[in-house]
Amino acid sequence: MTLPDLWFLIIAFLWTGFFVLEGFDFGVGILHKVVGRTDTEQRVAINSIGPFWDGNEVWLIVGAAGIFAAFPGWYATWFSAMYLPLVLLLVALIARGVSFEFRGRMEATRWRQTWSWSLTLGSLLCPLLLGVALGNLLAGLPVDSTEEFTGSVTDSVTGYGLLVGLMLTALCILHGATFLAMRTTGQVRTRAQRAAALALVPAVLLLLAFAVATPAVSGAPALRGTAPAVLAVVVVLAAALLVRAHRDGWAFTATAVAIALAVVTLFANLYPNVLVSSTSAADSLTVTGTASGPYALKVMTIVALVLVPVILIYQGWSYFIFRRRVVGPPTAAPPDPTTGPTAPLDDGVLT
Amino acid sequence: MSDLDLARLQFASTSIYHFLFVPVTIGLGLLVAVLHTMWFRGGNPDHKRLTKFFGTLLLINVAVGVVTGLIQEFQFGMNWSAYSRYVGDVFGAPLAMEGLAAFFLESTFIGLWVFGWNVLAPKIHLLTVWLVAAGAGGSAAFIMAANSWMQHPVGYTVDQATGRPELSNIGAVMTNPVFLWGYAHVLTASFVTGSVLMLAVSAWYLRRGKHTEVFTRSAKVSLAVLLPSVFLALGIGSHLGVIEATYQPMKISAAEGQWETCQPCSFSAFQIGGGNNDQNPTKIIEIPHLLSILATGTWNGEVQGMNELNAQYQEEYGPGDYVPNVFVQYWSMRVMAYLGSLAALVAVWGLWLVWRRRLPTARVFLFVATWAVAFPFLMNTAGWMLTENGRQPWIVQGLMLTDEGVSTSVGRTEVIISLVVFYGIFLLLGAVNVFLMMRYARRGLELEEPEEQLDDDQPRVPALTF
Repeated sequence: MTLPDLWFLIIAFLWTGFFVLEGFDFGVGILHKVVGRTDTEQRVAINSIGPFWDGNEVWLIVGAAGIFAAFPGWYATWFSAMYLPLVLLLVALIARGVSFEFRGRMEATRWRQTWSWSLTLGSLLCPLLLGVALGNLLAGLPVDSTEEFTGSVTDSVTGYGLLVGLMLTALCILHGATFLAMRTTGQVRTRAQRAAALALVPAVLLLLAFAVATPAVSGAPALRGTAPAVLAVVVVLAAALLVRAHRDGWAFTATAVAIALAVVTLFANLYPNVLVSSTSAADSLTVTGTASGPYALKVMTIVALVLVPVILIYQGWSYFIFRRRVVGPPTAAPPDPTTGPTAPLDDGVLT
Repeated sequence: MSDLDLARLQFASTSIYHFLFVPVTIGLGLLVAVLHTMWFRGGNPDHKRLTKFFGTLLLINVAVGVVTGLIQEFQFGMNWSAYSRYVGDVFGAPLAMEGLAAFFLESTFIGLWVFGWNVLAPKIHLLTVWLVAAGAGGSAAFIMAANSWMQHPVGYTVDQATGRPELSNIGAVMTNPVFLWGYAHVLTASFVTGSVLMLAVSAWYLRRGKHTEVFTRSAKVSLAVLLPSVFLALGIGSHLGVIEATYQPMKISAAEGQWETCQPCSFSAFQIGGGNNDQNPTKIIEIPHLLSILATGTWNGEVQGMNELNAQYQEEYGPGDYVPNVFVQYWSMRVMAYLGSLAALVAVWGLWLVWRRRLPTARVFLFVATWAVAFPFLMNTAGWMLTENGRQPWIVQGLMLTDEGVSTSVGRTEVIISLVVFYGIFLLLGAVNVFLMMRYARRGLELEEPEEQLDDDQPRVPALTF
């Protein structure tokens, strides 16, 4: 394997990790008003991702910085072509990021609901816009032979990009619902299970459409192009069974694998291109064409190979530490009559 | 205003705004770790209350710092795509390393620290706050390495086929003298920022006679960090000036408004007039030899004037004007240096009062210390304007001009839209942030919590924090 190919894999890994982790953050953000009717219930939902969301978001930052360092031309063309959607994405990321911090700082209902809405809308827009941006890499953007984007803002939204955006949003909602079912108790958990069952329908349909459309758009060989797509569909169907069986931990595992396979499908179909030119196939940006020099890639490979395992260990440790279900203060959250007051604390262990 | 000016205005505004929060995170991160350590070692509940109190101020800042940092990470590609394509091979590496080596650490362990009370073993919990501080300080190292490469490119070769610089020696990039001294300067300035902020909040309480004993403690801690930090920041900054004068002589000459070569060279405290169209401003209070010392580190050093340097550059790089905005250079240097010196005076004054045991009742000092909260923010902003404006018209000194780096595919309307959007968000975030910080600071310390008696069979569940 050449160094540019290895870096394409690393980039795909970073973006996959980002959607697996931040995916449920987005879902929880979108759903926290659905599963939480009272303020305490909403806080339980938000606190289920409280220790994690910040660390999860770094996957996006490193995913973007990794492209900058390993494939500067890809980063430059993609980010400048997607200018206005990315401005909106930044607004959404900022809105949800500060909502976590600001929401709990004052008691007033109107204050809390304002930041709740900004958390919901921000979380909804992020996967949608990121999906559009990722889908465009494969669907193609008007790019000339000097790697410059030649289109206008209307070219930055493609039909296939929109499909990827909607598919990722639906999967994030499902993923967030299974995460909430696994991490909470009582009413919040019951509503999360119900939300997961409802979110399954659009998630399965959109993933199916994505699985059919992607190999067709890319024309990649079946083993690389179609196989991961088929796997993704199989896994999301398995998730459907697990959600209905209320196997919270396994349902979450299945949605995590499904969202991972969806992102893998996208990158597998994209290779060996990194950004397809809709103007002329010859102008498409490729892995080898945009890669940094061998020395820079070698240095970064060493850094990544040393640090990524360390990061996985301490992030994994943080999930292990906060593996128990989140419960509200005892007075505000009455114990769930079906499971009893203490039982839920013990079956929420992530394994 | 040209399209280039708009893109520059956006980058300058977003960077300056981001850097209001960064030094607070780095500086307050260290101080909160110190307070937490004091509580861990001594078990004094006052230290725990202070840790939690300043920890919350830290968190509000981290949130805004992180999200405004996202804009920075995206903006290179969005607005400066020609620059990104040209330098990514070298400049991208430290940015990617920053994420992997430092930002992951800071963001993961801040979650562990915030939610770790009563969950983690005390020793491990203490370790998490130090890892947050290390992550915050480490982030700045990689960003400064990347920025220093723009000031003084090293460790690269130009690829013959593409004409672009390629990384050839990462060791050279990470030992770039501009980086080593620039990073030390940023780090110490961040400690100044954090400790002045802590001092100001403490002074605010002491003036009102609330929680006097507790906030006398935090005032002492902040002064103990402030004094060495501020003198180090001044000393390191002074040497950084000598290093920059070697690699970017234009930056230093412009900071003095020195058009003609001089030897020895004097430093003016103030001037009337000046700027790029006035080569003969009225200089007030000239201190002989001081510019020679600041720029060359010697009593009689020669400082090349901007006219001579401009002629040299025109010969080397072709026709053009290689003089940065002299007015901005001259005044940003002075705002930075004068406010830094004032912060040093505050530190000495405060410690003298501590020594005389008069700090809690020193009305005048407490008033000054409260308002000194503005110093570090103005000082940091001026410092960056000095550094970045002084690099102009280059985006990478000697390699690429700023007007060659901008995205050609991004139209004027798009930049205007993003500018308006970012300004709107910044105003809102700033207002909410200041409102919350002041409200929170005023509400004061939480009542002493009863030490929780947890038996070991009972699972330890973190409190709802958000």
